[in-house]
Amino acid sequence: MKLIFEKGMEGRGCELLPPSDVPVIEAGEKYRRKSDLNLPEVSEPELSRHYTELMKNTFGVNDGFYPLGSCTMKYNPKVNEDMANMPEFLEIHPLQPEHTVQGCLEVMALSEKYLCEITGMDRMTFQPAAGAHGEYTGLQLIRAYHRSRGDRKRDKILVPDSAHGTNPASAAMAGFTVINVPSTGEGYVDIGELKKAAGEDTAGFMLTNPNTLGLFDEKIIEITDIIHNAGGLNYYDGANLNAIMGIARPGDMGFDVVHLNLHKTFSTPHGGGGPGSGPVGCKAILADYLPSPLIRCKEDGTYQLEYGKEDSIGQVKAFYGNFLVIVRALTYLLTLGKEGLKHASESAVLNANYMMQHLKDTFSVPFPDHCMHEFVVSLEELQKEKGVSALDVAKAMLDHGIHPPTMYFPLIIPEALMVEPTETETKETLDEVIAIYKQIYKEAMSHPETMHDYPQNTVVGRPDEVSAARNPILRYRRES
Amino acid sequence: MGSYVPNTLQDQEEMLRSIGKSRMEELFETIPEKVRLNRELRLPSGLSEMEVTNKVRKIAEKNYVFKTIFRGAGAYRHYIPSIVKQITSKEEFVTAYTPYQAEISQGVLQSIFEFQTMICELTGMDVANASVYDGATAAAEAILMCAERKRRKAVVSETVHPQVIKTIKTYCNSLDIEVVTAPGRNGKTDLPSLENLVDDTTACVLIQQPNYYGQLEDGEEIGAITGGCGAKYIMSCNPISLGILKTPAEYGADIAVGEGQPLGIPLSFGGPYLGFMASKEKMMRKLPGRIVGETKDGKGRRAFVLTLQAREQHIRREKASSNICSNQALCAMTAAVYLDAMGRKGLTQAATLSMSKAHYLANRLCELNGFKLVYPGEFFNEFVTTCPKDVDTISEALEQRGILGGYPLSGENQGHILWCATEVNTREEIDTLIAILKEVAE
Repeated sequence: MKLIFEKGMEGRGCELLPPSDVPVIEAGEKYRRKSDLNLPEVSEPELSRHYTELMKNTFGVNDGFYPLGSCTMKYNPKVNEDMANMPEFLEIHPLQPEHTVQGCLEVMALSEKYLCEITGMDRMTFQPAAGAHGEYTGLQLIRAYHRSRGDRKRDKILVPDSAHGTNPASAAMAGFTVINVPSTGEGYVDIGELKKAAGEDTAGFMLTNPNTLGLFDEKIIEITDIIHNAGGLNYYDGANLNAIMGIARPGDMGFDVVHLNLHKTFSTPHGGGGPGSGPVGCKAILADYLPSPLIRCKEDGTYQLEYGKEDSIGQVKAFYGNFLVIVRALTYLLTLGKEGLKHASESAVLNANYMMQHLKDTFSVPFPDHCMHEFVVSLEELQKEKGVSALDVAKAMLDHGIHPPTMYFPLIIPEALMVEPTETETKETLDEVIAIYKQIYKEAMSHPETMHDYPQNTVVGRPDEVSAARNPILRYRRES
Repeated sequence: MGSYVPNTLQDQEEMLRSIGKSRMEELFETIPEKVRLNRELRLPSGLSEMEVTNKVRKIAEKNYVFKTIFRGAGAYRHYIPSIVKQITSKEEFVTAYTPYQAEISQGVLQSIFEFQTMICELTGMDVANASVYDGATAAAEAILMCAERKRRKAVVSETVHPQVIKTIKTYCNSLDIEVVTAPGRNGKTDLPSLENLVDDTTACVLIQQPNYYGQLEDGEEIGAITGGCGAKYIMSCNPISLGILKTPAEYGADIAVGEGQPLGIPLSFGGPYLGFMASKEKMMRKLPGRIVGETKDGKGRRAFVLTLQAREQHIRREKASSNICSNQALCAMTAAVYLDAMGRKGLTQAATLSMSKAHYLANRLCELNGFKLVYPGEFFNEFVTTCPKDVDTISEALEQRGILGGYPLSGENQGHILWCATEVNTREEIDTLIAILKEVAE
């Protein structure tokens, strides 16, 4: 497809702005731009059609089954969009006087209240813009906590080897040394290994529960106690919260700080990779370190931005976070309410179990007894026997109009596909998908050689990633 | 009340039966009793869509939307062409995930590639990434790109936006990168002081152009001082201003960053916004976050993919160049559509109009007693004035007429106001503002 730069003509454009009604001022010679500005020159009809073409080559949640494990690609309710697009939210300057932004502050205060209740935390900041940003912020809280106690030797963060890559990356960015803790054969935290790793240099432990295999770690209290007894703190990665809303809370499992992904669990859209929102909740012992400002409700019922806690880690971003994402999440919370949230989690877990149980006779499921909201299948045997990889199977799914599961994750399962159907899929869809998965498996067994050529029906085939990385073309350059 | 769960209870019973279970609770048996909530969440019950709409609308109405805004300070109201919202509301773009499956994500990937190209065109740089969270985190990440074992000092001009400086300090603090602020003088980075601060332990110098006070910095001189000690030069810039002002590349910068909000993104109480980052080719592999590259498929067709992933967290884990995963993709697309619609001519016009209106506003303000420009240098669309009365009195009077006046500064600038104008401010609005101020101030 042509790039927008390859469309249009010199002199074309959209007539958008009026002529100046004040004397025109130009920048002094010293400050004036000399180089060309090669922006597209297209008319509005061309521009509009260009993006309609791009839209057709984009697979959204409504284009089909989208079971990306640990990403919680649930339906994005339309009312959320309407609420976030009200001018009373869209057109508010972040530095308006406090009494003119009471609605915005109420959105944040209410969301904090509800999300703290769901997670069992005491306070929350909305400044982090995404999950990884939340992890980073939460780890900074842990660091500040130890430092405030004069405990400077705690420079290690323990991370299970099943963890999402952002966990160790965030820990490193927050200045910690990362210690990888092996999992048991069943994918749980290895208690013996954890005990060995935990000690007086442990700042904290990062965990998601249910874990990245979709299993709830039954020894969670023992795990968090080991860390607490060693003087460390427990960090909950909220990526998998969709399994347990209204059923169990990180705060009751011994976690001291959590981040949530509003763009996963709380139905806000992913936008092709953002904006998300990664609020961080914590127990009271960490509240003084939260980024400023926080929202405070005054006695008269009005809200205030509270700055300047002495111990605060500072700011992790300008202003207050991805506010419009919070509006969407609050709308979702209000719509579902206490019963709806629990029902959503139960249904998510049911959908995953239903799929897993109906697939386990065909596919190798490393932990076939039960799962929470997601499960992992391993194509190791298929790879060994037939030379068909998880990637081949995933690419075959594209031709069936469904999005493949998360591939090659968690790293501890070879040739993994990680399936998270979410609660917003119908039984009929699950049945269709189960049939497609089985059909692909059958084909992989009988005609393994064909599997390397998929997809066939997409707008492009498998791109050459090696040459993309070796000879990077990262921008368009006009031919001169 | 709804959970957006399509299956009925009957469907669910049937599903349970088919997997050998009789009750939903059986699915949760692995959760130990000790950590179960065993009570209802203390949240209200769910509501119908109509009730939710009414409730959220009522909350929204507690905000006050100013008809006229003369405040910037890091967030700017510009004209947003209708097509921007229309295109970026398309369901596919809104709801897609990060484009891991390239074959069914060519639309998103191509749009990011086009965005990267536009950021390169604006800044004059060689490569850009797919976006980071905002201008403040872009600045912080840029500093992390520059830190080396023997260069652990980041010199940041005092004239950079205070929230950006705060964010930088948070990021650098835990990585033992020392942040030193270079003092300002007359509202600009003081060159002799800067020269004294930089040495062979300096990783980088970061300035903002135009700076927090709206002043245009001596970008070339600062570049020379920075280069002289072998440090990297980071320039944070207002993307609209680049329609007419010298690019970071022309100033010799190694990295250009900035807040992309002015490019078609509404004020939105501070977010979601858009951090952009671009660099010279030699620093390409240090850039954080997603980068899209062009390649071909097996049949030789043009294709786009996420590339240079060996920098990223999902491959490198704790050794990654950054932890960033989700970015601000839809905001990047918003900026790209905005720039498509404006084009070369439109962006130049928006920049010229903003600059012209701000100068008209400044001239008119200075006609009033007690309003004087605090700084003597050239400015783009923001400037600082004195204020003859208590700033709050002025702000309240303006607010009653639906006008958000300039931003009251603090610290050394206590009692001063940071004003802003863009192309959306008409001459009539400015004249009305002046008439009100005249009434109140005199």
